Amino acid sequence: MSVTTDHAVADEEAIRSESRAWKKLKANKSALVGFVIVAFFIIIAVAAPLLPIADPAATSWSAIRKAPSAAHWLGTDEIGRDILSRMIWGAQASLMAGVVSVFIAVLIGVPFGLLSGYFGGWIDQGISRATDALLATPFLILAIALAAFLGPSLTNAMLAIGLSAMPIFVRLTRGQVLSVKTEDYVEGARAIGLTDLAIMTRYVLPNVFAPVLVQATLTVATAIIAEASLSFLGLGQQPPDPSWGSMLNVAKNFMTQAPWMAWWPGAAIFLVVLGFNLLGDGLRDALDPREG
Amino acid sequence: MLSYIARRLAIAIPTLILVSIFVFVLQKLLPGDPALVLAGEERDPQVLEFIRQKYHLTEPILYQYFYWVEAMLRGDLGVSLRTNQPVLELIADKLPVTIQLAIMAMIIAFMIGIPTGILSAAKKGTPVDYIANIVALSGLSIPNFWLGIMLIMLVSVNLGWLPASGYESPFIDPVRSFQTMIMPAFVLGTALAATLMRHTRSAMLGVLKADYVRTARAKGLRELVVIIKHAFRNALLPIVTLSALLFGELLAGAVLTEQIFTIPGFGKLIVDAVFTRDYAVVQGVVLCTAAGFILMNLIADILYFLLNPRMRSAL
Repeated sequence: MSVTTDHAVADEEAIRSESRAWKKLKANKSALVGFVIVAFFIIIAVAAPLLPIADPAATSWSAIRKAPSAAHWLGTDEIGRDILSRMIWGAQASLMAGVVSVFIAVLIGVPFGLLSGYFGGWIDQGISRATDALLATPFLILAIALAAFLGPSLTNAMLAIGLSAMPIFVRLTRGQVLSVKTEDYVEGARAIGLTDLAIMTRYVLPNVFAPVLVQATLTVATAIIAEASLSFLGLGQQPPDPSWGSMLNVAKNFMTQAPWMAWWPGAAIFLVVLGFNLLGDGLRDALDPREG
Repeated sequence: MLSYIARRLAIAIPTLILVSIFVFVLQKLLPGDPALVLAGEERDPQVLEFIRQKYHLTEPILYQYFYWVEAMLRGDLGVSLRTNQPVLELIADKLPVTIQLAIMAMIIAFMIGIPTGILSAAKKGTPVDYIANIVALSGLSIPNFWLGIMLIMLVSVNLGWLPASGYESPFIDPVRSFQTMIMPAFVLGTALAATLMRHTRSAMLGVLKADYVRTARAKGLRELVVIIKHAFRNALLPIVTLSALLFGELLAGAVLTEQIFTIPGFGKLIVDAVFTRDYAVVQGVVLCTAAGFILMNLIADILYFLLNPRMRSAL
């Protein structure tokens, strides 16, 4: 069979499995719940400038640490800022941190994984040992150390989280490439003299897409918690800009006087992370051919 | 057996060397003159010159790395800028506190995670399974520092049952020590319990389909005996190895848990060091954590080897 026919068959098969996956995903109730939660938070974060809410930085000395009321639905903080407004603007920071850091991790991790799996030999040895070394340091400790040395800011926190999450994608991609590179269509492409770059981008990379997508969705959940943790420690978003983690950092000092300051940001982190976890689990079930 | 351990060590050593390079490079990420950063508040030119000499900052970077590694191999991880204590001594002081927290958290995680995992697998597809899965996923999604704050508000502030913070050595006052550590251990243990539950469930589901389990059932054994004696014993293998690997997660989780409950452990050490720009301590903690993780990985592999007869006979 020629490579072109091989390719056409592979394309057809890909379309069939895509529609199968989509059907399975739509039928998965928990994935749907996850999708709705994630979509809700994304819409709120994107629409923040358009919503009729108070200025998140506006202080009011007459409304310090007020409990939830009609005027301030989620209450106010230690300098009279509206918590609802800070929650909505904080969603921007938290979601952006989650998505951008995973984007960094994928952008660096996938090419290294491709190189490692495709070429093997000393390239593979070098990349794999470096990945092992990075994986040897727990994710959050590595992120804290990187954020500490880079300096505290949301951008550096995203960079630190992205770099800490990157080795997972190197290992995942490498594993996928190893299983794909001995397939007939890749051998065929090599036989007709296609360059390594063309083989990697046209035949190998598409096969890596599904597991990377699943892992990326689940890693966004981890990255959101990591950003909240770094901001909670004062290494992420800097005041007065809101983020859920930095709001919790302040809230812990007012646990007895204003407990609502801690309720909402934590509940929001929990919900959005749960949403990404449900969606990631659903995607895994839908895209894994071994599942029913 | 020995050759297997030797082979695993041969992989662990280059990993450790690479970790040391990463940790060394961290220091180079600092903007500006490293001597100024290391000197802290001190701006005396003589002190700066002394620091440059001491850390070989005027020499090429490769030499600096070798000097650093050589000192490290002698057990010299540098001196804390804040307390003037050797970093290794500081870490050795704080580590037992975190180990106590980690052991208690692990016990709680086992007590919750394994029975729930077994139950969930045995009742697959029933409401019990769904509820257990939702609880596990929630456990994975709750930021543990928030759970800590909520528990302090409920258990300490409102109910007054347990102290909100502090630490007491179990060798001085075991009761007080238990009271101060149980809540942080629970907070740290929940995420772990969720991971353990999911892995136990999946390992049990794999084993419950096996022929020998069907045979055990066909012999008329009670379901409980089949599940515990025949299925669980065989599902234990991945769970034991996973537990060793969860060590890293425990240490990372301990950073925030210790911060919330003001426990003077390993995690609080790194956070305090970050804020006082005590970089030698940050590097020391990262290095020790990575070394510990590599060691636990090695132990996990050896345990897997010892527990799995197929691996032994393959040699």
